[in-house]
Amino acid sequence: MLGTTVILAFRAINRHKLRSFLTTLGIIIGVAAVVTMVTLGNGATAAVREQISSLGANVLQLRPGQGFGRGGGGPRPPDFKPADLTAIENQLTGVRAVAPVVQSSGTAIYEGNNWSTTVYGTTSAYSEVQQWKVQDGRLFLPDEEEAGKSVCIIGNTVRTNLFQGAEPVGKRMRIKGVSCQVVGVLATRGQGGFGDQDDVVVMPIKFVQRRFTGDRDISQIMVAVDDAYDSATVQSSLEELMRERRKIKAGDQDNFNVFDTKQISDTLTGTTTILTQIVGAVAAISLLVGGIGIMNIMLVSVTERTREIGIRLAIGAVAREVLMQFLVEAIVLSCLGGLIGLFLALIASVAIAPLMQVPFLFDVKVNAIAFLFSAAIGVVFGYFPARRAAALNPIDALRHE
Amino acid sequence: MSVNPIISLRGVTKVYGEGPTAFQALKGVDLDIQQGDFVAVMGPSGSGKSTTMNILGCLDVPTGGTYLFKGHHVETLDRDQRALLRRRYLGFVFQGFNLLSRTTALENVELPLLYRGEDKKLRYDMGMAALDKVGLKDWWDHTPAELSGGQQQRVAIARAIVTQPDVLVADEPTGNLDSQRSIEIMELLTDLNRNSGITVLMVTHEPDMAAYARTIVHFRDGLVESIEEGVKA
Repeated sequence: MLGTTVILAFRAINRHKLRSFLTTLGIIIGVAAVVTMVTLGNGATAAVREQISSLGANVLQLRPGQGFGRGGGGPRPPDFKPADLTAIENQLTGVRAVAPVVQSSGTAIYEGNNWSTTVYGTTSAYSEVQQWKVQDGRLFLPDEEEAGKSVCIIGNTVRTNLFQGAEPVGKRMRIKGVSCQVVGVLATRGQGGFGDQDDVVVMPIKFVQRRFTGDRDISQIMVAVDDAYDSATVQSSLEELMRERRKIKAGDQDNFNVFDTKQISDTLTGTTTILTQIVGAVAAISLLVGGIGIMNIMLVSVTERTREIGIRLAIGAVAREVLMQFLVEAIVLSCLGGLIGLFLALIASVAIAPLMQVPFLFDVKVNAIAFLFSAAIGVVFGYFPARRAAALNPIDALRHE
Repeated sequence: MSVNPIISLRGVTKVYGEGPTAFQALKGVDLDIQQGDFVAVMGPSGSGKSTTMNILGCLDVPTGGTYLFKGHHVETLDRDQRALLRRRYLGFVFQGFNLLSRTTALENVELPLLYRGEDKKLRYDMGMAALDKVGLKDWWDHTPAELSGGQQQRVAIARAIVTQPDVLVADEPTGNLDSQRSIEIMELLTDLNRNSGITVLMVTHEPDMAAYARTIVHFRDGLVESIEEGVKA
């Protein structure tokens, strides 16, 4: 009996292609919307995670001042001293690596090409803290760091714009009017939420301090927390140490701040997850509307096909068979719509993901759920019209004009 | 009358509606129809002939009385049981042809076989045989819109006989056709009755058409008024 009704349902769908398509349209759009939204949302979440982890997993950023800004008026809070760095290295437990950072911006020149970029003065520990990898060449040698030699490691954006295809390692370029030798190129890190992470020139901190900033101050200290330790505990020890070293009285506000990248990671991941859920829910409503669309057209279809139903009943179809036919029609249509929707979502996601600069992640679960949901819609919204069709009296149905 | 009529109505009444607005369409009909008969049912509008045909075709049940069809007490059967009875023993032809639109002649004819659960090969063979019988074998892949009225009615007859039913119920089968087509349809029905042994029950208000029948039953005011022999029988 099921075989018969499936044949009949497919024939009816095939005979009325436009009607079938319109019936399905709501489901197609609904499924496509839900799956595209959730797929892109998952991609965005993954992208955020990726960016955060590119900042270095579990890194505490120590900066002068409160929060991101300088906070209020008054004198600029003092930068950190080399002794602070030594103290953190020696007195703090649970620390994997500590890297000082001074930042400066300036123009790099190579054979007539100019490029404005950011100069980071730091030590080799930075590569450990930030998990930066050198793609070509090498990191700084200990004696280069110690002496503050004029050597640099450049990011890929700088390489592309300044060297334009030439091999940079071993070449000499000028940065802020000073000649320096390129010893390495960083592996590409891509666009982060914090700007182009490849648009950098990294140099030994001592060189930057001597030639660019003019003092031995450190504007930022990055502390990589050992995985075995809780970053919150390390953070409070760090804060305690710095209050002591900066002679802040009990009750006074800190003139420095410690920022845990894990917090941003958790917050941003949470935010994008919630956003994905909200957008997914909105799209799910459109799927529901699509289901109501199916019911609507099926109901109209039952009225329009009353005479057809009458014929079927007269020649010996039992009520159950008519019910099954309409139900199977609704399910086939909604499943077909679901499949087309999934296909469109695939195309849309693949097309949109690069524009949004998020990875395309095909989630089998999301696709499966959306498909099953569309099938369920066929059952739920197809049942009512189907029951109505099956309940028709053959004599009245035949008389229907 | 022979001992075992295929159809036997005894004191059949039919009331539509309830209370003061109730309308008694049949007031106690007694009728026996023999296997292989060709019966024309005639009568003015409201005489009860359509109601009787609906009951005879197992599409409707009597309010009172008994209806014995091939030994089944139809008045005791439920909807689905009557549907199965129609599927097994009855074929229907309507005034308005009632073919499925956008559906080929063969698919229309196959429909009752589909409900019987026959396989594809058998459906095709029986469907083509039925179309051949009504002279439309070469038109099997045409949809109703591509066929003339007479051809459509012949497809409908093919659909009615494809299951090799015992009884063919025809409700004004020539009502929508011109006289030439009507004669062709009547000749086809007569042929099916004579050579395939199908009992034909036909409602008509045209005496010319009724003349093809062996038995003519006249209805008036919900009762059988008279039964006569057909002219051409």
